[in-house]
Amino acid sequence: MNFLRIMTQKKSLIPKLNLRQRTLIAMIVSAIILLSVIFAGILLGDERIATNLENRNLAPSLDHPFGTDWLGRDMFTRTMKGLTLSIAVGLIAAAASSLIAVVLGILAATAGKIIDSIISWLVDLFLSVPHLVTLILIAFALGGGMKGVIIGLALTHWPSLCRVIRAEVMQLRSTEYVQISRKLGKKRWWIVTKHMIPHLIPQFFVGLILLFPHAILHEAAITFVGMGLSPHHPAIGIILSESMRYLSTGMWWLAFFPGLCLLIVVRSFDIIGENLRMLIDPHRAHE
Amino acid sequence: MLLEAHNIGLRHPNGHWLFRNLSISLRSGEIVGIRGPSGCGKTSFARILSGYEQPSEGVVLLDNSPLPKTNYHPVQLIYQHPEKAVNHRWKMSKILNEGWTPDDHLLTSLGIEREWLNRWPNELSGGELQRFCVARALGPKTKFLIADEMTTMLDAISQAQIWQSVLDIAQKRNLGILVVSHDDHLLKRVCSRVIEFHNISYK
Repeated sequence: MNFLRIMTQKKSLIPKLNLRQRTLIAMIVSAIILLSVIFAGILLGDERIATNLENRNLAPSLDHPFGTDWLGRDMFTRTMKGLTLSIAVGLIAAAASSLIAVVLGILAATAGKIIDSIISWLVDLFLSVPHLVTLILIAFALGGGMKGVIIGLALTHWPSLCRVIRAEVMQLRSTEYVQISRKLGKKRWWIVTKHMIPHLIPQFFVGLILLFPHAILHEAAITFVGMGLSPHHPAIGIILSESMRYLSTGMWWLAFFPGLCLLIVVRSFDIIGENLRMLIDPHRAHE
Repeated sequence: MLLEAHNIGLRHPNGHWLFRNLSISLRSGEIVGIRGPSGCGKTSFARILSGYEQPSEGVVLLDNSPLPKTNYHPVQLIYQHPEKAVNHRWKMSKILNEGWTPDDHLLTSLGIEREWLNRWPNELSGGELQRFCVARALGPKTKFLIADEMTTMLDAISQAQIWQSVLDIAQKRNLGILVVSHDDHLLKRVCSRVIEFHNISYK
């Protein structure tokens, strides 16, 4: 009886959603958060981040939700613009990185043993060194700035996705329909484009979205240590590193809100990626 | 045409021979059965004959020349599991036309209905899929057909239908067929001669 009562109570409190609906809702909420950040970053005017010495060092209020900094700039606007820039950098870098991963993964699995061992060695090499170290090296060698960061991110984030793609292509290559296709006289390139790439699209997109949080965090990290974007960009890493100097004077909002927002954005991308992976399992295509 | 296998042997990487000294010859128009218990290497032998695998020793000759490595293979293998032999992201019409374009007459004789062409593979049964696999393998350049347990997974009616049409086509086009099976009734029914796998090989 007790058990029954608990069951019925539960039902009336929370509407029953299945896993698929909950997954979709989590994805939609995350997407709305990200889109609103991007729109805020684009739509908020530059006059709010102009120097305004009358409004220096204001604590968070309705007028300035995230407070203002030592030059009287509105921190909310700076944070949104910084995040938008970070998302843009992350998008370019993650797209380039996953493209490298797909090309190298397919090459490793189809172009013979020597190329496979070269690419596998490269993957092991990049994975054995912490991302941040290689990233700083590449960005520094390219002279820093936006270009250095993007190229650095693109060149350091491909290995894990490359491994997944290589394994997937190897598995596809041994499937009966691919072997039959070869015996029906189809060329290697034809098989790659017609049989394999359609199977890799879900892996590609999931990999791409899961690369975002890494790319954004690493971009913020190397900007924070001063090797990344130049200080006149309103990047999130710049905001955080500048605010460090003012933390000890009690201006906690300078670091707290931008840091929290960065965390939310990264987590949103993560949620979208993980849930997308659950929804488009490549082994169940048309059910 | 003549398909010959000379002293074929296949060795596992650990050094154990699965079979050795297998020789067989198959003429166009001939239907030969190979019978043997599970795990004796029938499928591996079928894969070697149709060029999917390289033997550890011996050669397979088609009219005294080795099997081609590229282009349309004249010896086509039909697998036991049709659902694994089709790409699940392709519609049936694309699967059917991958190697050549079968004419209406062939489709009718194999019992393939036109409306199946617009479906996905998981919307058809195993027997229906196997008909597509057979039609796909019967291109104009096919000279020999290796049927590796082609109808083992199917019910008796589909089995009879598929074999009926395959035998008709083989007769018309003078194809040679190697039937690999452990079903005695089937082998007796369709083959002109039946070989025991163990009689042609020793380990």
